[in-house]
Amino acid sequence: MANKDLLFQYCLRLGDTHNVLSHRMAEWCSNAHILEEDIAMTNISLDHIGAASAWLTYAGQVEGKGRTEDDLTFRRDERDYYNMLIAELPNGNFADTIARNFMFDVFAKLYYTQLMESADETLAGIAGKVIKEANYHLKHSSQWVVRLGDGTDESHEKMQSAINEVWQFTGNMFEMDSVDQTLADAGVGVDVTELQDSWMAIVEDVLEEAKLTHPVDEFMMTGSKQGMHTEKLGHMLAEMQFLPRAYPDAKW
Amino acid sequence: MSVENTQGQLWEVFIQSKNNLPYKHVGSVHASDKEMAIQNARDLYTRRSEGRGIWVVPSNCIVASDPQDEEAMFDPSDDKIYRHATFYKMPEGSQNI
Repeated sequence: MANKDLLFQYCLRLGDTHNVLSHRMAEWCSNAHILEEDIAMTNISLDHIGAASAWLTYAGQVEGKGRTEDDLTFRRDERDYYNMLIAELPNGNFADTIARNFMFDVFAKLYYTQLMESADETLAGIAGKVIKEANYHLKHSSQWVVRLGDGTDESHEKMQSAINEVWQFTGNMFEMDSVDQTLADAGVGVDVTELQDSWMAIVEDVLEEAKLTHPVDEFMMTGSKQGMHTEKLGHMLAEMQFLPRAYPDAKW
Repeated sequence: MSVENTQGQLWEVFIQSKNNLPYKHVGSVHASDKEMAIQNARDLYTRRSEGRGIWVVPSNCIVASDPQDEEAMFDPSDDKIYRHATFYKMPEGSQNI
């Protein structure tokens, strides 16, 4: 692959991850347990849309075929989506959502802190914008992990079960293929394997404060970098893409 | 009929729009602890760049005057115009007084 194709792929993965997670968070709109939390979740969804928009717009520019962020969002099928698996996991109950977001938010904080040093000015610029939101998202999710984990018997049980369920999707965040390796070697991308120890340290700190544990790393789901997903993503895209597919280029 | 409160405690929210300006009451939020109260206040009241600082105060910590005391508390100042600083000219260029 030429450098341009590598960079396109790299930005696409980031854009897809934020876009899909944004859609999951938007599904909470009008469904959270109190109005204040409903607005918090929707706010987080909007932050991820902003990040997705920045990544997909840049991906389209790098590709140079005139595809916009909307083209990339609405006119690719499941197998052409490269989001991290963790982003597509259904919301489940509130603890499931918090567990999923927490694992990703810790990753995002570490990842974007590194990406701010990228040799590519646009990547560094987007990272500088997203890191502020990532810090806030982590504050939100980690405080909820503690609140629920160290809360009532029922909230503790639900939070622990959520951590157990999401754990198998965390390994996928630290996978590197030739795209990641080449760009990391060039100082453009981040070597995510180097983030794993710090990630684990932060996760374990919060879990300890929350009186929770995490499962051992027995089996980790993989496949997102080849466009292989859980059975949940297709359903999400069907809903998300229906309108632009049914009425291409519709305006309002 | 009483309804069980599942919304959490009520907190009053004060926003400072710019550095050095006073905090102003903007409304209230529900939250079960102070961290959540600050975050909820941030999400509800500063989404469109309304502020640079937030205070949250548990509503039950606010001591309020009794509406029944309104006349006794506030009317006596009405007929004493010498109490109001209306005889001074504002110095040129002064702001936020």
